[in-house]
Amino acid sequence: MENQFLVDSEYLSPAALDRKHRLETDPSSRVDHMEYMPGMERIESDVCTKVLEQMNAYDYTSYTARDVQAALEHETCSVEDFKTLLSPAAEPFLEQMAQRARLETSKHFGNTVYLFTPLYIANYCENYCVYCGFNCYNHINRMKLTMEQIEKEMKVIADSGMEEILILTGESHAQSDVKYIGEACKLARKYFRMVGLEIYPVNTDDYRYLHECGADYVTVFQETYDTVKYEQLHLMGHKRVWPYRFDAQERALRGGMRGVAFSALLGLSDFRKDALASALHVYYLQRKYPYAEMSLSCPRLRPIINNDKINPLDVGEKQLCQILCAYRIFLPFVGITVSSRESAAFRNGIVKIAATKVSAGVSTGIGDHESKYSGKETDGEAGDEQFEIDDNRSLDKMYRDIAGEGLQPVLNDYLYV
Amino acid sequence: MNNDTFIIGGHEFNSRFILGSGKYSLRLIEAAVKDAGAEIITLAVRRANTKEQENILDFIPEGVTLLPNTSGARTAEEAVRIARLARELGCGDFVKIEIMRDSKYLLPDNQETVRATEILAKEGFVVMPYMYPDLNMARDLVNAGAAAVMPLAAPIGSNKGLATREFIQILIDEIDLPIIVDAGIGRPSQACEAMEMGAAAIMANTALATAGDLPMMAAAFRQAIEAGRKAYLAGLGRVLTRGASASDPLTGFLRD
Repeated sequence: MENQFLVDSEYLSPAALDRKHRLETDPSSRVDHMEYMPGMERIESDVCTKVLEQMNAYDYTSYTARDVQAALEHETCSVEDFKTLLSPAAEPFLEQMAQRARLETSKHFGNTVYLFTPLYIANYCENYCVYCGFNCYNHINRMKLTMEQIEKEMKVIADSGMEEILILTGESHAQSDVKYIGEACKLARKYFRMVGLEIYPVNTDDYRYLHECGADYVTVFQETYDTVKYEQLHLMGHKRVWPYRFDAQERALRGGMRGVAFSALLGLSDFRKDALASALHVYYLQRKYPYAEMSLSCPRLRPIINNDKINPLDVGEKQLCQILCAYRIFLPFVGITVSSRESAAFRNGIVKIAATKVSAGVSTGIGDHESKYSGKETDGEAGDEQFEIDDNRSLDKMYRDIAGEGLQPVLNDYLYV
Repeated sequence: MNNDTFIIGGHEFNSRFILGSGKYSLRLIEAAVKDAGAEIITLAVRRANTKEQENILDFIPEGVTLLPNTSGARTAEEAVRIARLARELGCGDFVKIEIMRDSKYLLPDNQETVRATEILAKEGFVVMPYMYPDLNMARDLVNAGAAAVMPLAAPIGSNKGLATREFIQILIDEIDLPIIVDAGIGRPSQACEAMEMGAAAIMANTALATAGDLPMMAAAFRQAIEAGRKAYLAGLGRVLTRGASASDPLTGFLRD
């Protein structure tokens, strides 16, 4: 059963509703998702072709238990081995995969687990991505924090002990432009040891500017590498342009960022193909930019405000675990982040196998850290959340829980050089 | 054996086991140092540069020499900045240069390492460069003012042992500085073998961090390193002959 993403808000004008319905039902009303819009930088890169060729040719039903056993016996995991480990044939070998993944994780990361928290500073959005709580047709409380409000939020988070922050916005060039984000980065450097960004993709020059403002790590989720499905889910706005998004990490590295993070949003399309493409995106870029730090996330679809039925479909916890083990065995050196979209129990288990980074003290809303951290009512307004989280643990609780599992929580292992 | 010490940058050490402090619980550091009998412990400056309630520096026992490393540096300039920061953080004058331009294997960049060594040695640091075992580069490191040379045995974290055995032996034979085998040593027997070859000391981290019982593994390494050192001093013959040996004697044609 497919997700029912389309929800009409009673607050939309007849004209807006009409436009929305046209976008949803008439493909010819949508712009070409493979064509760059004016102002979007085009870089020469062969990474995209390589990833798509591999993904399109991937027939995961062709693998057998024997292939899986062979893949697990190989000392280094080839692309072909990785495809095997992602296939349904590998599902019965989940425990062996987890054992191997755990070994690889411990070789590269020991028993350390990094902690970070996201900070949403604005939720205005010009895109219509049907599964997202921030989409421009969803009726939610919109908000953009002022610099004073951002600083206040940062102080609350820093006081909790957090040293790494990930700054996020909705995708609105008008409401949250690069300058605004840059100023937020400058503030963040006052309070945190490491500043990451998860914002709309920008050109190399803008990444360079944001790097100079203090950001050093850029996360861009491709959502799905299935370009046809992507076209059906991202109906309007800059985000509709698939290839510009694909090249974002490469532009970020060229702009001087130290590291980049990748992911598909699992559940949007064929998750095995998306997992393959995500990892190959990392793999080929790493070969091209060997000094860059790389990490993978693994978000699954979550319910949003005004649509609580959205779910990750066939990506159950076992499938998610299989993907993460396969990622780890194929790319033993990359960071793997598991967000608060997942339950406390899942996160407690997966940090012992493959994940190296988890968020804590999370809010996906705007300007509500003080009330969420202290539990007291505050006078300030708050903007609505992007999606519902599952694991609500505070930094303190997360720290204790990780240490309780015999692992070493780490709040900072980062240096600006 | 009683006075079998070794000297790095004018400092004398009895223990030939340099311990890493990464990848395991802070609470195990003290026990590891004790059971390893270690007098030098490495730590990543980037990890020490923290506001954390639990700062790794607070877990390192008194009297142990800190060897801050420059992990995270991709160029000589970055390594130099990190070394200076280590000094500011109160980590002393020792520094282990680690410069990687590869996030996958974390292999050291020898050329940048030589440049950083030269700058830092002039600034009075006791410079211990981590390097890929290359004789020419090792000589450059000596000339640049290194206090020791730390060739890798195998890719870091791999626990694969002396994959670069032949080249480490060349460094031991040709370089007049302590050769400290670093990275890739996965088990005590490999540490012992490196010491038999004449290495001055062993540096290990992952082998301990991934062991079931870390302090016990630290003790096992200590004993292996001591055994290997004794064997070396006792005059063990070279196990392998290096260089070619012809099957027919080349001098067989000579007539008396």
